[in-house]
Amino acid sequence: MSRYYLNYLDELESEAIFILREVWAQFQNPVILFSGGKDSIVVTHLAKKAFYPSRIPFPLMHVDTGHNFPETIRFRDDLINELEAQLIVGSVQESIDQGRVAEERGKNATRNALQITTLLDAIEMHKVDCAIGGGRRDEEKARAKERFFSHRDDFGQWDPKNQRPELWNLLNGKHFEGEHFRAFPISNWTEMDVWNYILRENIKIPSLYFAHEREVVWRSNSWIPVSEHLKLEDGEKVLTKKIRFRTLGDITITGGIESEADTLEKIVTEVAAMKQTERGNRSDDKRSETAMEDRKRQGYF
Amino acid sequence: MKIDNNQLLRFTTAGSVDDGKSTLIGRLLYDSKAIFEDQLAAVETTSKKKGHAGVDLALFTDGLRDEREQGITIDVAYRYFTTPKRKFIIADTPGHIQYTRNMVTGASTANAALILIDARNGVIEQTKRHAFIASLLQIPHLIVCINKMDLVDYSEQVYNDIIIQFEEFSSKLYTKDIQFLPISALDGDNVVNRSTRMDWYQGAPLLHTLEHMHISSDINKIDARFPVQTVIRPQRDEFIDYRGYAGRVASGIFRPGDAITVLPSGFTSKIKSIDTLEGTLEEAFAPMSAAITLEDDIDVSRGDMIVKTNNKPTPTQEFDAMLCWLHNDAARPRAKYTILHTSNEQKAMIKEVLYKIDINTYSREEENKELGMNDIARIKVRTTRPLMIDEYRDNRITGSFILIDDATHETVAAGMIL
Repeated sequence: MSRYYLNYLDELESEAIFILREVWAQFQNPVILFSGGKDSIVVTHLAKKAFYPSRIPFPLMHVDTGHNFPETIRFRDDLINELEAQLIVGSVQESIDQGRVAEERGKNATRNALQITTLLDAIEMHKVDCAIGGGRRDEEKARAKERFFSHRDDFGQWDPKNQRPELWNLLNGKHFEGEHFRAFPISNWTEMDVWNYILRENIKIPSLYFAHEREVVWRSNSWIPVSEHLKLEDGEKVLTKKIRFRTLGDITITGGIESEADTLEKIVTEVAAMKQTERGNRSDDKRSETAMEDRKRQGYF
Repeated sequence: MKIDNNQLLRFTTAGSVDDGKSTLIGRLLYDSKAIFEDQLAAVETTSKKKGHAGVDLALFTDGLRDEREQGITIDVAYRYFTTPKRKFIIADTPGHIQYTRNMVTGASTANAALILIDARNGVIEQTKRHAFIASLLQIPHLIVCINKMDLVDYSEQVYNDIIIQFEEFSSKLYTKDIQFLPISALDGDNVVNRSTRMDWYQGAPLLHTLEHMHISSDINKIDARFPVQTVIRPQRDEFIDYRGYAGRVASGIFRPGDAITVLPSGFTSKIKSIDTLEGTLEEAFAPMSAAITLEDDIDVSRGDMIVKTNNKPTPTQEFDAMLCWLHNDAARPRAKYTILHTSNEQKAMIKEVLYKIDINTYSREEENKELGMNDIARIKVRTTRPLMIDEYRDNRITGSFILIDDATHETVAAGMIL
């Protein structure tokens, strides 16, 4: 066989770098939406490659719900230092204090939906015309129809029925003032691809992804970490378990799985044998069959 | 799982609401174990709610709320699965007539197209339409799946008759590699596993065919083309004089020392280095992303193309193209549009519509020349500045373009240069 072909990870990497460079060339004020999760870490790593030997030429934007894992914030700050990058933080707590949004009530209240307002406010305030995200099409059925360059109207809304067709590698980022784009360089990656890439590139990720001892309670079919934001319900017992997280969101809604995987190699092996999707432990997606689509329409990540 | 040298294969599926396309994709995902337990549980619940017996595999590919309600696919959806041999990306496109634009979109990057034929109906208008689009977009490999063989008693005669019907019109197409497969997506015959009910069929099942298809030659490795996306000029002391031309190799192979020409300026130089974060490369080939540095300090910017001096594309301002109109607003005769060709953006005008093509009969229509949604036509284009073009049949990257309406910023047409 000819040696002039790329293996699939190299091809995915090359595609992502191409998209990041198109963002830089076509927009005035792009940012990377950085959550501290593995997907946005991979996007950041790809941006480092895309512009080497320059530094990443745009800031990282973090929407801080105030319900973070402390490990995530430490990781974020270390990475920003290492990259000599600029960090923009949009605070959900500030949005609440300013009366822009109200806390959800009830048993399963989270700040997940509140992020939409904070995110859109931050985008407007910093005149961001393209927010680069780590969304993948394999994550959820509404995301399967997402474009690399995804248009948002001046209310930040997504119209899945009126998307621009994307042909070959021609990306149309033209927009009017006030509108913005979301760009998804790792659209074509699966969870397995991301993990294989992290392993291959030896990318640093938060310790939360590795198996560790933690105080947890069993709720909605997963181990929810004990934190200052968690209110114990009747009958719930705090246990110490060896767990790890497959995705990282708010500490209040991200469930862990019992695991012994404490190295990248072990994680890759474990993920390959997984029988549940990674978002299966995210209670934000379980609210209805179209929960993700509904949030995306309003301007969610 | 050993993954080191696995290639990526992109394929598109086209079919109508009833010929079992969604079921086939569901079957591929299910039998190749790309479905997770919670996805399966969700589909089982929905299947029960809708009163289906067993699991309706088609539901795995149901996407948006509107689609679930109407029971049809509206937009291109992408699906993924991996086998020990390859990673696959499926562009699942709707088959009904009003969605030609989605089929064209899904086909533009595909290595292979799957066309489904209902064995009971044989070749219908839509089959011809799908085959035409696959040919127009120059998808290198075509796999014709004759589905629902269970409903025609797994008859070899029916299968052979459909092949003859297909070959009658497919001789007019450009596609060279066409394979036929008798399958039953519902029961899984010849999808992932070989059918035990069609001993007369000697070929491989669909998945095996996809895993072993030769795709390394799908990309042009002869004509070296490097469209410049952006210039990397680091604001760091140690790289003060660095100028890296960043882009993705569209075709061909570049090596340090190669004599190159920058188009459209015509300046010549030599490649000094090909850089990545990991270090310099001895060669870069399509579709690699890299940064190229040159021996001489010449003016290069986005929209320029670096090519080998002994093999240059034709800079031209006027050319013929096949155009697919993608927008509800009809084309305005002689109006100006923005044309995007590789990283090069110029103004362009549709000088003349030569003829439209009826994609059901492959016949030319020379009377009505208005271009509306889903129309395909041969046109003459004129641009304000030269584009560095190749013919689409030689090069899918430097032979393609889109038109953008300046009033709405919408992508309104996709073109293939003749």
